[in-house]
Amino acid sequence: MNSDSKLEDLPVASAQGGLPMPSRLALRGITKQYPGCLANDRVDLDIKPGQIHALLGENGAGKSTLMKIIYGLVKPDRGQLYWRGNPMQIADPSHARSLGIGMVFQHFSLFETLSVTENIALALGTPAREMKTLSRKIADVSRKYGMTLNPERLVHTLSIGERQRVEIVRCLVQDIKLLILDEPTSVLTPQEVDTLFVTLRQLAEEGCSILFISHKLNEVQALCDGATVLRGGRVSGSCNPQAETPSSMARMMVGDDTPIATEYVKVEGGAPFLTIHGLNKSTHDPFGTHLKNLQLQVRSGEIVGVAGVAGNGQEELLAALSGEEPVREGDCIRLGDQAIGHLPPDQRRRLGVAFVPEERLGRGAVPTMSLRDNGLLTGFLQGLVQNGMVQTQKTEAFARSIIDRFKVKAGGTHSQAKSLSGGNLQKFIIGREILQNPKLLIAAHPTWGVDIGAAVAIHEALIQLRDQGAAILVVSEDIDELFQISDRICAICHGELSPLRATAHTTIEQVGRWMAGDFVEDAA
Amino acid sequence: MIKMEPRQESSPWMPYVSPLLAGVLTLVTGAILFAALGQDPLFALKTVLITPISDAYGVGELFVKAGPILLCALGLSVAYRANVWNIGAEGQLLMGGLAGSALAVQFTDSEGLWLLPAVLLCGMVAGMLWAALAALLKTRFNTNEILTTIMLNYIAFNLLQYCVHGPLKDPHGFNFPESAMFADAARLPLLMEDARVHLGIILALAAAAAVWVLLGKSFLGYQIQVLGRDSRAAKMAGFKEKRLVWLVLLLSGGLAGLAGVGEVAGPIGQLVPQISPGYGYAAIIVAFLGRLHPVGVTLASILMALLFMGGEMVQIELNLPLALVGMFQGMLLFYLLACDVLILYRIRWVSPPATQTL
Repeated sequence: MNSDSKLEDLPVASAQGGLPMPSRLALRGITKQYPGCLANDRVDLDIKPGQIHALLGENGAGKSTLMKIIYGLVKPDRGQLYWRGNPMQIADPSHARSLGIGMVFQHFSLFETLSVTENIALALGTPAREMKTLSRKIADVSRKYGMTLNPERLVHTLSIGERQRVEIVRCLVQDIKLLILDEPTSVLTPQEVDTLFVTLRQLAEEGCSILFISHKLNEVQALCDGATVLRGGRVSGSCNPQAETPSSMARMMVGDDTPIATEYVKVEGGAPFLTIHGLNKSTHDPFGTHLKNLQLQVRSGEIVGVAGVAGNGQEELLAALSGEEPVREGDCIRLGDQAIGHLPPDQRRRLGVAFVPEERLGRGAVPTMSLRDNGLLTGFLQGLVQNGMVQTQKTEAFARSIIDRFKVKAGGTHSQAKSLSGGNLQKFIIGREILQNPKLLIAAHPTWGVDIGAAVAIHEALIQLRDQGAAILVVSEDIDELFQISDRICAICHGELSPLRATAHTTIEQVGRWMAGDFVEDAA
Repeated sequence: MIKMEPRQESSPWMPYVSPLLAGVLTLVTGAILFAALGQDPLFALKTVLITPISDAYGVGELFVKAGPILLCALGLSVAYRANVWNIGAEGQLLMGGLAGSALAVQFTDSEGLWLLPAVLLCGMVAGMLWAALAALLKTRFNTNEILTTIMLNYIAFNLLQYCVHGPLKDPHGFNFPESAMFADAARLPLLMEDARVHLGIILALAAAAAVWVLLGKSFLGYQIQVLGRDSRAAKMAGFKEKRLVWLVLLLSGGLAGLAGVGEVAGPIGQLVPQISPGYGYAAIIVAFLGRLHPVGVTLASILMALLFMGGEMVQIELNLPLALVGMFQGMLLFYLLACDVLILYRIRWVSPPATQTL
């Protein structure tokens, strides 16, 4: 637009929108309507130079839409964006980058088979003859901000934390004024989070503004000096996180009528039920993880949590446990004294195993099928099928009872699975498994992407199932969740399992070390 | 300005309206086309759609043609529900006709009651075996069944040509490329005195009822549909993907084979080089037009049979080429696919946004 005049970080005449402060980025009345969903409703936001600003909100509160608008990926229906005081329409991400706006997505966009330098060169459009210079620059930048990174390494050899550094360095080698980070800590160990925060504080001191998107309140409190809270697409509050408590910010996120997480009693559990002994499994996926000599026991009546950064073998472990990828030596996985490692999923279900997969839409539930038919998906062993024929009324009643007992918000048993919100569908899937009275429940990321109200309901259902005597194994990336609900905890890293400890006798720091693969000191 | 926007939930009634809409659009386009060819469009449409069934013989003939189309389309519906894209009904049909004939010509003097069931069974098994080749390639080597089934169509066609010009040619047939006429005991009994309609249509309707039970009531049918809509969910639930792929291919192959043997043992009565005017391909359109549902497929196969007859009629009455049938079939599928967009999307008329001024 008309940004000829130099207005860098100066107060702007109120005629153009009445901005009271010298803001690096200001949003006024941003509105974005999607079919059936008002994603952003008159959102205002101000980020000052050198400020670390948190954008808080539950899943579905409109955080992603708002940052996509700032980065030029989505056009707002109404409202105005001011960049360093000038009204601006950001046409596309390359325009945003040319303004000095950089973004690190939750899901990285890197080519696994290329080196760090090549990946960054691709994003910047660097000509081949300048690769050496770029490589030196990457090394400089990464050293300056304390993010160790070898520019010649191939991306597939990097850990998740290192890949995130590549994404951040990619922004930093340009002249960056505003760095947007979307849930950056969800893929990191607690120690890596601390390192990241050091880098971000250093960047902020040099005048770079940072927009930090998260739903983890303690991190926001540790890092940010300003916060905007979104709820249902609207700004529900602005605050200085330093002056707030996590629970007061949580109230702003969820509103007054939703219960916030409670503490659960830890228990000992009974006899060992699931035993994993010397489980090795190689993967066909070139970027998958080999499982190495896993040992794990889950007792009846306890919850065991497996922490870990994504991509460290969780998927492979879960597939081996669910039976989707059976192992040849069936004896590696035992249920009581029965070997089940070689059995397919349906036969394991007959023995009382229930499974909640990571993807709820498109694995846990068939998107285009009704809830009634989705209840049948794993409930077919509950007398819903007789002589090969589906018992329509019983199937209907089964789905109805899931909806009623777990308070699933849906139009009815005829609603398609894809029409439900993530939290409600997850309640349905977990309810479907729990209503089968499993002796062992394996749940992958049970509350990932779920709103706080649904997460509390899911945790309570798991605790209740535990108290009925079921063995429960929860794999999650959310370490806070695991500390909250599991009775014993361990971590997986590079396809190896750490020692298993009672949650009460360990600390987040220790589990963090396990997540980084440092088991040695604890093995004794 | 017209804007397409995704629906939150797929429309409940559009799947049924869409085929009707496609039919209307096909008729309108057909009328325009006839007008462009210098024909009276209404008379031409009447020639296609009404004249062929204006007498009892015509109605009987409608069911003669609808039978094999229905059998093929039923099998394809089951396969397509499982996301198994069997394009090979034509080849499976030809193999059914070929194998049934090979058996029937051995017993041209027989009067045994066993002969007809044996001939039909032989045709079905041949269709199944032809489909089994595709099933084997798919489950063992992950070969794309679209390509293998299409190629097997050509092989089946040429195999049939070879047999009818060679080993199965009637030695007393003055060197015409035809087999000997089958014994009456190998022929499907007629249902009416003065028309050609035979037991085949009853078999086809029975198959439709069976497929309805399979897809609508049975757990096996449920598994097939889960596999088609979301193979990862099927795997999670422990459904056996390979077994289901085998099942749907054998089922669709068997039904197509029955359609083929029903032609040679029905209206034709011997093996000839052309036993199908493309029923197996038309069945693909019928399966989609009928929403992969046995009731819809039954109605659609009657419509398709009518189009085949109408094509012959315009050739006779209006001197237009038979290729018109193919064009109507193509238009029907084209419009259907276009209208199906409305299941997931809706059209909204929106006023263009006011240009923003800064």
